[in-house]
Amino acid sequence: MLALDAARSAGAQYADVRISRNRVQSISTRERRVQGLSDNETFGFGVRTLVGGAWGFAASSDLTRDEVPRIARQAAAQAKANRAALVKPVALAPAPVTKDGTWRSPVKTDPFDIAIEEKVALLLAANEAALKVQGSRFVNSAMFFLREEKTYANSEGTFTVQTIYRASPTMTVTAVSSDFSDFQSRQSTDIAPMGRGYEHVLDAKLVENAPRWAEEAVQKLSAKPIEVGRYDLVLHPTHLGLTIHESIAHPTELDRVYGYEANYAGTSFVSPPEQKLGKFRYGPEIMNIQGDRMQDGSLGAVGWDDEGVQPETFLIIKNGIVNDYQTTREQANWLDWWYKQQGKPTRSHGCSYAQSWADVQFQRMPNVSLLPGEQNLKWDDLIAATDRGIAIVGDGSFSIDQQRYNAQFGGQLFYEIKGGKITGMLKDVAYQMRTPDFWNAMDMIGGKDSYWLWGAFGDAKGQPSQANAVSHGCPPTRHRGINVINTGRKA
Amino acid sequence: MSTPRSLLTAARTIGREECEALAKRALSFATADETRITINSGGRGNTRFAVNQISTGGDNYDATVAVRSTFGKRSAVVNTNKLDDASLKAAVQLAERLAKLSPEDPEAMPELGPQTYVEGKGWSESTASLDPSSRANAARAITEPARAAGLISTGYLETQAGATAIANSKGLFAYNKQTALSLTTTVRTEDGTGSGWAGATSHDFSRLDPVALGERAIDKAKRSVNPVAIEPGRYTTILEPTAVGNLIQFITNAMNARNADEGRSFFSKAGGGNKIGMKVVDERITISSDPLDPEAYANTFANDGQPVSKTTWIENGVVKNLPYDRYWAQKQGKSPLPTTGTVRMSGGTASLEELIASTERGVLVTRFWYLRPVDPRTILYTGLTRDGTFLIERGKITRAIKNFRFNESPIFMLNNLDALGRPVRVSASEAGGPGLAIVVPPIKVRDFNFTSLSDAV
Repeated sequence: MLALDAARSAGAQYADVRISRNRVQSISTRERRVQGLSDNETFGFGVRTLVGGAWGFAASSDLTRDEVPRIARQAAAQAKANRAALVKPVALAPAPVTKDGTWRSPVKTDPFDIAIEEKVALLLAANEAALKVQGSRFVNSAMFFLREEKTYANSEGTFTVQTIYRASPTMTVTAVSSDFSDFQSRQSTDIAPMGRGYEHVLDAKLVENAPRWAEEAVQKLSAKPIEVGRYDLVLHPTHLGLTIHESIAHPTELDRVYGYEANYAGTSFVSPPEQKLGKFRYGPEIMNIQGDRMQDGSLGAVGWDDEGVQPETFLIIKNGIVNDYQTTREQANWLDWWYKQQGKPTRSHGCSYAQSWADVQFQRMPNVSLLPGEQNLKWDDLIAATDRGIAIVGDGSFSIDQQRYNAQFGGQLFYEIKGGKITGMLKDVAYQMRTPDFWNAMDMIGGKDSYWLWGAFGDAKGQPSQANAVSHGCPPTRHRGINVINTGRKA
Repeated sequence: MSTPRSLLTAARTIGREECEALAKRALSFATADETRITINSGGRGNTRFAVNQISTGGDNYDATVAVRSTFGKRSAVVNTNKLDDASLKAAVQLAERLAKLSPEDPEAMPELGPQTYVEGKGWSESTASLDPSSRANAARAITEPARAAGLISTGYLETQAGATAIANSKGLFAYNKQTALSLTTTVRTEDGTGSGWAGATSHDFSRLDPVALGERAIDKAKRSVNPVAIEPGRYTTILEPTAVGNLIQFITNAMNARNADEGRSFFSKAGGGNKIGMKVVDERITISSDPLDPEAYANTFANDGQPVSKTTWIENGVVKNLPYDRYWAQKQGKSPLPTTGTVRMSGGTASLEELIASTERGVLVTRFWYLRPVDPRTILYTGLTRDGTFLIERGKITRAIKNFRFNESPIFMLNNLDALGRPVRVSASEAGGPGLAIVVPPIKVRDFNFTSLSDAV
C-alpha cells in the first residue's frame, strides 16, 4: 500500500505492485554422481505505474520503508520520461476488483518437504537402471522445483495472494557407437514439466522408464536414415505440444500481431485482426484451439494473472477459423469492435505475466491446447489408418520464422509406417512446414482418452527476454503429405 | 552499498571493500571444511519502443549471495538475496545441511587458494549513469526519423552495471565491475513488406551512435520492400558481421574437452580422443578470447575463481585448445583452462562493400533468427534469415529477396571461405541483450545451404 500511495502521489493514474518470494531447488546428476545441488531464494518487489498513458516500472530486492516509496517514485518518474515519445496513450479495459483473493496450485506434496537424500537416491537409482542397458554410455538426470509466493495489489483495490508450484524431472541417455563414429541421445520428453508437487516426480516412474529410454538411445544408433520426400505424419502428443506452441500459440499473441515484439520475437501472419477474425481458415473443421489458465496441473494455471484479472477460458480457433487472440487489459480494448460484434464484453483474457518481481509484466501465452476430436480415436488407430508415413514421438530440434510461417521440427523417435504398421526405426528426420498448410493437412485427430498435457519451461519473449512456463494439451494427429528432410551430414 | 547519485540512476553496485566485509561476515558463520561466497550486485535498466513510441521500460536492482559449502567430497550451493546477518547465517546453515546430505562426489575438487588477477577494464561511467530520460532520448533518435519517413520502428535499449566478487575460506578474493549495453532496432514499412534491422553493443554507451544505427535500419527497411522468391539451394553468401557472430558462438559453445574425449562432440576424434592439433576450418581462421580485448572487455576470473587470460582456441584453422574443467584436466594430465566471455575471429581488411563488389551472384544476409541445433555431431544448426536479405548480381545489390531457412554448420561454412572483411564488435544475441562480447568480420562463403523459403517479412 505504501508503494501504491507513493505512486499515486507521484502522479500515477494507475499503479500495481507485486511482491514475490521464489524458491527454486535443483538437483542434477550424471551417471553415478551428483553434479549440482542448489537451493535458491529470491525476494523482492516491483511497481508498475501508468502516468499520462505511459508505463513505468521499477523493482528492488530491498523491501524496506525507505526503498518501497523510492522505487514507486522511480517507476512514476520513468513513466514520465517514457511519455516523451508517446503517440497513443495506454487505456485499460475494465476488470472486476478482487478484494481478498487466495489461490494455490493443486499440489499433494510440497517438493520442499521431501528430503534431499530421497531425491538424490531416486535420480541415482534411475541412472543405474539406464546404465545397465548395454551400449548406453552417459546419463544425465535432474529435478527442478519452484514455489512462488506472490502478493499482488493494484490501485483499483484488487489484492491477491497466490502460491504457485512447478515440478520438472528430466533424464537424457546418450549412446556412443563403439568406433566413436556416431552418438545419439534420448530425452525423457514423455515426462512433461507440470504445475504439480512432488507427486509428479513419483508418477514419472524414472527408475522404471530409464531402461526404455536407454534402449531407445541405443536403437537410434542403428536406425535407418530417412529418405527425403513427402510423408503422412502421425504425431504423438509428446511431440505435437511443441508444434502447437510455436505455430499456433505464438502467432495468436495480440502484442505480436500489432508489432510490439517486432524487434525480437517477431510479428505474426495472423494479422491484421480485421481480416482474420471470423474469416481466416487456420485448419480443418475438426480443429479447435482453446486458451485457458485452468487445466488441472497445467503450468499456466493461476487464480489471477499479473494484473489481477481472473483468467477465462476462450476459443482461439473455432472449427478451424480464427476466433480470438490472447490479451491483457491494455490489449483487450484493441479488439473492442470484435467483442461487440460477438455480443461479448470487452475484457482481458488474463494473459499478463512476469517471470519475477524484477521484471515488468506483459502479454504471455496461457495454456493453448488442441481439443480432442469427437470420435475417441487413439494413437494406434491413427497408425493403423496410415499406409505410408512416419510416426514421431517426443519433441526435438525446433525453429520457426518471426511471423510463424516456416517451421522445422525434429523429434526424439521416428518410426516408419507401412500398411498401417510400424516397421522400424528411422533417424535424421525433420519436417519443414508452412503453418496454415500444415494444419489444413490435418485429417485425423485423437479423442479425449488420448489427450495429454505437454509442457514448456523456457517459453521466451520480450526484451529483456522473460521465461514463461506453459502447458499445451493435445491428442495425436495425422497430417497428409508433409515435406521431410534428412539432417545427417558427415563432418 | 554506494548510494545512488540520483533517483533514476541504474548504477548501484556493492564495492570491493563492502564485498570483502560481506564475505567475511558470511564466512564467519561457516563450519564446513571449505566455503565459497559469490556476491553479485547491480542494476539493469531498459527501455523498449514499439510502433514509434516507448512501450515499456524497467529499472531494477538486486544483490545476491551464493554460498557453496563443502565437507570432504560433499557440497551444495544456496543462493539468497537477503543480506542481513540472520539471512546470511540461515543460507550458510542450509548450504551446510544440504552438503552433508549430498553423496560424495568422486570428481570433487578443492577450493583454490589466493590467486593473482589482472584488473578488469569493462566499467564505463557513460553506461552506468544512463538514466530513463537519456534512454528515452536514444529511442527518440530512432523513432522520430522513422516516423518522419513513414516507417514503423521497434527496438530495445538495455544497460547493465554490476559487480561480482568471489571469496573463499582459503583466502581467495576476486572482484570485478562491468558495464554492458545494447541497442537494437527493427524498422518495418507500413504495408509490412519490408523490414530492416541494425544493432550495436559495447560496455561504453559513448561508443554507440543511435542516430546512425537508426539510419541503417531505415535504409534497410526501404530497400527490403516487396522481396522476390528465388529458389532455395546452395549460394555464395555474404554474411554481415552480426550474422557471422550469430553462428560463430556455436563453435566456441561446442568446445569442451571432456565431451570431446567422451565421444559426444564435433571435437571428438574418430577412434577416441579429441581434435586438438587437427585442422577443422580454413587456415585464415583464428578464434580467440581475451578479457582485456579493448573491443570486448570481460571478467578476468571464472566462476570458481580461476584467473582468465587470453586464449587461442583455433589458430590458422587448427584446434589449439579446448576448455578443460579442473577435474578433467587433472584426470587427463592437462592444465585446467576456463572458458571466457568473449570471442574474436580473425579477419582481413576488405569492407562489406568490397566483398559485395567482388561477387558475381550471391545472397547478402543481415542477421539470422531462431537458431537451433539439429545435429551436434557436426554442429549443424537450422535457422532463418531476417530483416534484410538481398540478391547480389554482378557486384551490386539488385533486389530484396524472400527469407530463407538454412541447415548449415559453421564448421562447413568456414571450410567454404572465400573472403574476410574487417572485424567489428557485434550485437549477436537473438534476444537483443548485450550477450557474449563478439568481434567478427563480414565473410563471403561458397555453397551456403539454404533449404526452404519463408513468407515471413
